[in-house]
Amino acid sequence: MKKDTITYGIFLLIFLVLMPLGNMCGLIETNTLSLWGRYLCFAIAALGVDLIWGYTGIMTMCHAFFFCMGAYGLGMYLTITNLPAGQMVPDFMSWNAVTSLPLFWRPFSTLAGAIITSALVTVLLGMVSYFIFRRRIKGVFFAIITQAMALALFLLFSRNETMLGGTNGLTNFRYLCGLDLYDPQVKVGIYIATVVVLALMFALSSAIVRSKFGRVLVGIRDSESRLRFTGYNVSHYQTAVFVIGALIAMVGGMLYLPQTGIVTPNRMDVTASVEMLIWVALGGRGNLKGAVVGALVVNLLYNLFTSLIPEAWPYMLGLMYVVTVLYLKRGLLGLFSDMLSRIKKKKVCCK
Amino acid sequence: MLQVKNLLVSFGELIALFVQRFEVADKELRVVIGPNGAGKSTLMDVLCGKTQPNSGSALFNGVELIGKSELEIAELGVGRKFQKPSIFDGLTVYDNLLLGLRCKKDVFHSMFFRLSPMQRDKLMFTAERVGLKDHLNVKAGALSHGQKQWLEIAIVLLQDPKLLLIDEPAAGMSDSETKKTGDLLIELGKEHSVIVIEHDMHFVEQIAQEKVSVLVRGSILTEGTFQQVKNDPDVIGCYLGSPDSAQMRNMRV
Repeated sequence: MKKDTITYGIFLLIFLVLMPLGNMCGLIETNTLSLWGRYLCFAIAALGVDLIWGYTGIMTMCHAFFFCMGAYGLGMYLTITNLPAGQMVPDFMSWNAVTSLPLFWRPFSTLAGAIITSALVTVLLGMVSYFIFRRRIKGVFFAIITQAMALALFLLFSRNETMLGGTNGLTNFRYLCGLDLYDPQVKVGIYIATVVVLALMFALSSAIVRSKFGRVLVGIRDSESRLRFTGYNVSHYQTAVFVIGALIAMVGGMLYLPQTGIVTPNRMDVTASVEMLIWVALGGRGNLKGAVVGALVVNLLYNLFTSLIPEAWPYMLGLMYVVTVLYLKRGLLGLFSDMLSRIKKKKVCCK
Repeated sequence: MLQVKNLLVSFGELIALFVQRFEVADKELRVVIGPNGAGKSTLMDVLCGKTQPNSGSALFNGVELIGKSELEIAELGVGRKFQKPSIFDGLTVYDNLLLGLRCKKDVFHSMFFRLSPMQRDKLMFTAERVGLKDHLNVKAGALSHGQKQWLEIAIVLLQDPKLLLIDEPAAGMSDSETKKTGDLLIELGKEHSVIVIEHDMHFVEQIAQEKVSVLVRGSILTEGTFQQVKNDPDVIGCYLGSPDSAQMRNMRV
């Protein structure tokens, strides 16, 4: 417990104090900070994946969609509020001869409306999973169904008729509640907000894991039938954790958008969801710290590789996945703690 | 307590189980024996909702069990222990017991669950009873086979079931563990109705209090005390085999 407190302290010290300080002293560029901010948003989404997959053992392949629910929700709000004076609809709509804002855009005209509506849609779509869980569909079959759902939603969002910007997505916004998103200070502010939200989501997730609810989740992973015979309605629990994970991802997506300035359907395609699984697998499944570490490490490597040898990245990603599956069942954190205990043992032997 | 009538289970052409009459009284410890494939486990599967029979009825305190889900049957007070230990390997023994504890088990209550002192006492009492009090913080997956069996019995017990269905509790246990398990079952029979499936005739002799039912090829061949059953020529012919068979030799040792 005490060791964990130190770990969290170091994490917060680096990301909440040292990085912004470095920025103030001119050592770290603001854009680099925003880049890290985006990775931290991915780490938030990874927490949701870890709850669903790592703890409960449900392989979800549409998690990137829920991430995009947040990004699109906030994007719609920003699109409406950033319209040039006198213009009623965004450009991509007027090109399609649409003259007034579609009805489903209306709730997104205020920030609170955008957040609440995104959350509601996320919850409702997440609850659709109940019909899958009730049929006791799990494992690979659940993964395939969610993958198909992810593809269907990707195609839907890519269509111009959906009125969400088609393949170009939503972009071209400058002001969020009167704050200039291009202003370095605002960028640092959003970065700090992201770190704080990540910390809050981490605290929430660990509270969930520690509660009896969390124990039931692990129970589902270990022996679903034993839980049923013990009097638990397993599909309710599965649906609940799926919705919670989806909401956490949505929060990540909302913080992601102002830091990239654009969201396109590519963020929600099947590979994006699979990549989220890789983050968690590499970091260490069933370990919330692992999810955060995995998301940060994979994205850092992505950044490194795409700037050095862009062609090599997919191979690198595949290689990481294979190595993780074959040799790192408990991920990087598992490897780390194994090494620590080995060193400790050696020390004891030497004495 | 439990009344089973004309229960038929068939898998395709094969009739796995056809029980015309099978009754268990309140606070009775009933042992069911029979050769492999006789339908012993199938009978339990039907009673706890895992398998749906083709026809028949099973009344539990006047409530029909057939057609109900595992969850509803568990809530009515039927607890099942499986042949292969079915526990939560990734959780500690304490957490395993916690999940078994009788309380409201919906999502909301689990999220804000606080253990009351009374529940804690009950949990500790049960842990002590099955000899796992010193292993509360051990991951269940790291327990020995016998301890896993006991842990599963404890999980089922904490649900306060009125009827316990226990499938081969002594399988794979050492002699001393088997003895302890038998003592535990006899004790449990004083508080709950218990149905035990067992192969090991030594063990059956230890725990059989009143009636033993013999299941052969899906039907009840006979019922009676251990001595009656043991000396029944039909049982010897169908199950125990010739005086030189393994089962008989075991009994003489």
